[in-house]
Amino acid sequence: MVLVNGEAKTVAGMNLKEFLAQEGYDFEKVVVERNLDIIPRTELDQVTIEEEDTIEVLRFVGGG
Amino acid sequence: MSKRAQEATITQTISNDVLEKAFDERFPLEMKEKLRSARVAIAGLGGLGSHIAVMLARSGVGHLFLVDYDVVDVTNLNRQMYLIPQLGKKKTEALLEILQQINPYLSYETCCTKVTSDNVKELFGEYIYVCEAFDQADQKAMLVNGILMECPNTIIVSGNGMAGYGDCNDIVTKQQMRRLYICGDGKTDVGDGLGLMAPRVAACAAHQANKVIQLILS
Repeated sequence: MVLVNGEAKTVAGMNLKEFLAQEGYDFEKVVVERNLDIIPRTELDQVTIEEEDTIEVLRFVGGG
Repeated sequence: MSKRAQEATITQTISNDVLEKAFDERFPLEMKEKLRSARVAIAGLGGLGSHIAVMLARSGVGHLFLVDYDVVDVTNLNRQMYLIPQLGKKKTEALLEILQQINPYLSYETCCTKVTSDNVKELFGEYIYVCEAFDQADQKAMLVNGILMECPNTIIVSGNGMAGYGDCNDIVTKQQMRRLYICGDGKTDVGDGLGLMAPRVAACAAHQANKVIQLILS
């Protein structure tokens, strides 16, 4: 089971970029952490989600 | 009070001893020393950053590093610390003028430059505390990614979601990752047509400044 922002998802086997696109995230506006490691934007398509992964996706909105 | 006496009161300078005594009467010495020896960087000097800087200076944070490439514009006056006579000035210079009228005995360093993924480490790598106070979502993500990946000793406190005039109680502080704290409602996006207004921007800035003070004093 993969946990994404605390929620169980059946997404093992996809790469992170595919997953973010499926969920409608803008790659330029997120911070992605997988098992406590930050995944750089340029490496999102090189990381395959595995069973038991814990993923945090933080989406930024504009304003400051 | 006559106009002349008022002017004399406003323009008089006070000594560091007087300022410190006012602080010492209200807070333990240990607290003052921790704050005075702290160094905090603020990336972006708009609605969030200009308020964070003022709050940290009032709290006696010893060194503030202020980074922004922009100048004060008329559209900033609705939510940023700047004043009409400062229109057209670099924000780094305008904010420094304000801070020096609040506490001239703290150490301030300014850098008028655009933060990019190429200079994050050089600018902020030596700082334990960095406040992310940019306006654009992609810039926020760039800085937070850069700090977390390239500055292993740095804690970043970021503002995310403070547009409009919804309930200020929706603005919260939470620890999102080991070295990342997020302040804001997490959702109200200026891009959705909601403007930024002074109360919620200042509330979010206060959350960020308060978290930095907590971390310094913890």
